[in-house]
Amino acid sequence: MTESTNNRWLHRLAVLTATATLFLICVGGLVTSHGVGMSVPDWPTTYGYNMFAFPFSKWIGGVFYEHSHRLVASVVGLVTAILASWIWVRATAGAARWLGLTGIVATLGLMGVRTQTMFVALAVVAFGVIVFCALRLGKDPRPIRWWAMIAFCAVLIQGVLGGLRVTQLKDELGILHATLAQLFFVLVGALAVTTSRRWSESKLSIYDTGGLRYFYLLATGMILLQLIIGASMRHQHAGLAIPDFPLAYGRLWPATDPASIAHYNQLRVESVALNEITASSVILQMIHRITALLICLAIGGALVRTWRRFGWESGFTKGVVAWGSLILVQAGLGAATIWTNKAADIATAHVALGALSLITGSILVLWAFRCMQPAARQAEPLSAPMQNQGAVA
Amino acid sequence: MKTYIPCMIIAALLGSIHFAAAADISGKVRLKGTPKPEIPIQLDAMCGKLQPKPVTTRHYVVGQDRGLANVFVYIKQGAQKAPPAGEATMLDQVGCMYEPYVMGVVAGQKFKIKNSDPLLHNIHATPKVNKEFNFAQPTKGQENERSFDQPEVLVRMKCDVHPWMFAYIGVVDHPYFAVTDKDGNFTIKNVPPGKYTLEAYHQKASVAGGKTQEVQVDGDKKIEFELEVPAAP
Ligand SMILES: [Cu+2]
Repeated sequence: MTESTNNRWLHRLAVLTATATLFLICVGGLVTSHGVGMSVPDWPTTYGYNMFAFPFSKWIGGVFYEHSHRLVASVVGLVTAILASWIWVRATAGAARWLGLTGIVATLGLMGVRTQTMFVALAVVAFGVIVFCALRLGKDPRPIRWWAMIAFCAVLIQGVLGGLRVTQLKDELGILHATLAQLFFVLVGALAVTTSRRWSESKLSIYDTGGLRYFYLLATGMILLQLIIGASMRHQHAGLAIPDFPLAYGRLWPATDPASIAHYNQLRVESVALNEITASSVILQMIHRITALLICLAIGGALVRTWRRFGWESGFTKGVVAWGSLILVQAGLGAATIWTNKAADIATAHVALGALSLITGSILVLWAFRCMQPAARQAEPLSAPMQNQGAVA
Repeated sequence: MKTYIPCMIIAALLGSIHFAAAADISGKVRLKGTPKPEIPIQLDAMCGKLQPKPVTTRHYVVGQDRGLANVFVYIKQGAQKAPPAGEATMLDQVGCMYEPYVMGVVAGQKFKIKNSDPLLHNIHATPKVNKEFNFAQPTKGQENERSFDQPEVLVRMKCDVHPWMFAYIGVVDHPYFAVTDKDGNFTIKNVPPGKYTLEAYHQKASVAGGKTQEVQVDGDKKIEFELEVPAAP
């Protein structure tokens, strides 16, 4: 991702897109936290209305969250389209420039045909474009115009997945929708980092003697896995599979035989329509707890290694300290989610901080791979500027 | 000989009428133990206007003499498939609550769902065996018909606009079912003679939901059930 040299306004737009995406993830979290994902049974219409003309007087109860989620998503989609177009136009010329731009504009135009068939058709085409971009990136992962085009296609597919989750009544699509949301957030976050001035002026300046780059990558991967586990838990719509913490049903490891599960279900006196818990949902929550512990250990380890290698003054050390602080607050919010019986605001904050932990890790990984080079090359001079590393395609 | 055959037929018919005289199974379901208190429902402003009295969850509705309401009592085994005995109960949405909380239908039988509120609801069936559905009822007085094809005890119905709204429907492939009233009483009408397994199914009471009893129907029968509040582990 070194193709685009910095442009202040482009960078700002990318930061805005990432911020809007985080906000969208929060609103999506509110939808599932309140258990109201199905409160608008139709899509792309809302109770038969064109969604942009749905009267405000009907934004009642769960509809408020679900409809807001759809509107905010439309805004994020539009901002992403502008960002992708801008990056594309800057980096291309001639036929390629017009082809890309026409593609984006035509897609936006066709979205005016507000039928499910049209949206699904566009998503299928978008998937094809992602495959094409991925093949180009396989040869050279640096030109950000391909990443930007993937972002545009991904946001479209993401919207269609959200819609199909409603009309096809499939919880599994909800898990996919939540996972893609995180990946999309990482992608636009990466676009924000790589369009910054600091990025284009940075140099290979330090040696990675301890394999720190891969250590960050591993911890970030664990966070992504943890977010997918979390999404699977939320999208079972079963509330808390285990109501106590740090113990689980009063024991270190909960019973998961059918009789115990039936018993746990009968003991629940819930005020909202929750699905019944299952053995797998209980086990999933235990895995979520264990993974949380492993992530804390991994980031603690990353902090010690980074500090030993670079000292307190290094940007990396500061970054990992921030990362670790986020993770600690996130662990606290996880516990609070249980202790408050999954209060909607706490559970949503837990989703938001999960996304922030992931993006912080991803940014650290990006910078680490940008600035650190393998220790084996220590003999080579360090002053080579980054521009020499990436060919402008 | 020629007059003998019609006589035999008449005799047989009379006999069969005598033996086929359907009977009622009635009785009471009681609850043993003290359930956790019900949770007060925090209605939103619009629903609050429609529902002047405070409302709570309805997990355990206990009436006179420990009678347990909302128990689905039905013939679990032994009954032949049979058509509905009359029109199905209507599932109504009144003051952002479902009425009734528990009802029964025959598999394949159409039942009405009505919105009596001046605001929108969505009706979302979340069965495990039958086909899930979710549709909108945006206007007051709107009625729609739906059915479930397969026997399933119980199917949960919910509104996602108002997450506290949920109710249950028992689906069986014959009309021999009843839901206990506020004092736990039930009557299953016109059951053909035979030997049956009767189940009393309550969403929360007793491990694994239901309790069964064998019943030989050769005249009206009285059956009593006792369900228990599950003990903490
Ligand atoms: Cu409702």
